[in-house]
Amino acid sequence: MASSEIYRYLPVLDQEVALDPEGFLVDMADWSPAVAEALAAEEGRILTAEHWEVIQVLRDFYERYEVAPAMRPLVKAVGLALGAEKGKSLHLMRLFPDSPAKVGARLAGLPKPANCL
Amino acid sequence: MNETEIATGERVTEGDLLVILRHSPHGSSWLREGLDTALVAAAFGQRVSLLFSGDGVLALLDGQQAGALGQKGTHGVIDMLAMYDIETLLVDAHALISRGLSTEDLLLPVSVVEGAALPKLLDQHRLVLNF
Repeated sequence: MASSEIYRYLPVLDQEVALDPEGFLVDMADWSPAVAEALAAEEGRILTAEHWEVIQVLRDFYERYEVAPAMRPLVKAVGLALGAEKGKSLHLMRLFPDSPAKVGARLAGLPKPANCL
Repeated sequence: MNETEIATGERVTEGDLLVILRHSPHGSSWLREGLDTALVAAAFGQRVSLLFSGDGVLALLDGQQAGALGQKGTHGVIDMLAMYDIETLLVDAHALISRGLSTEDLLLPVSVVEGAALPKLLDQHRLVLNF
């Protein structure tokens, strides 16, 4: 779940972005592509075009439903937006190893998905 | 009894979990809790059916907004059910009629269930949770 507790700050350009203990944005309005890149860099990830299109799907999902998706609906949403070829958990696992729903939500500036362990 | 229901073309609905929603949006967290439960079960691959009964049918009404204090409504979750593959949306016929509503007032297409068919519906699900 989203947390309003400020645990630390991430410097991005001339901005200090507040993060909660799990590294999610405290204020969703802080998000920008530069913030996403800084969050990714922290985890040693470099964002490619394939990452960005999934991040956009995540942000669109949140805008429509006001919830960050768990894995299953994320796979479905990616499939609908980007085609069946990419709407596979294997593709998402490759882009965002460990936990695509959780890692993706963090990079997209969304709260942590509630139904994601 | 069951034979005749099937003979009338009534689709027999079955699944792993039936969540019965009996409360309206806002005023309490019953509806949201019930929907959250359904989403969790669906996220883990369970086949989930929802039955809107009593004031629960109000959750399906079109034209809802956030609460007065800016709380999120439940209509976003209702809209999202298809993304979790929750596509069995059932409505108690009596609940609709007694509130002067018809399926045309609702956000999504639903299946209307007559009172006599409810016991069978409950019987067809391994687990039934009442909210």
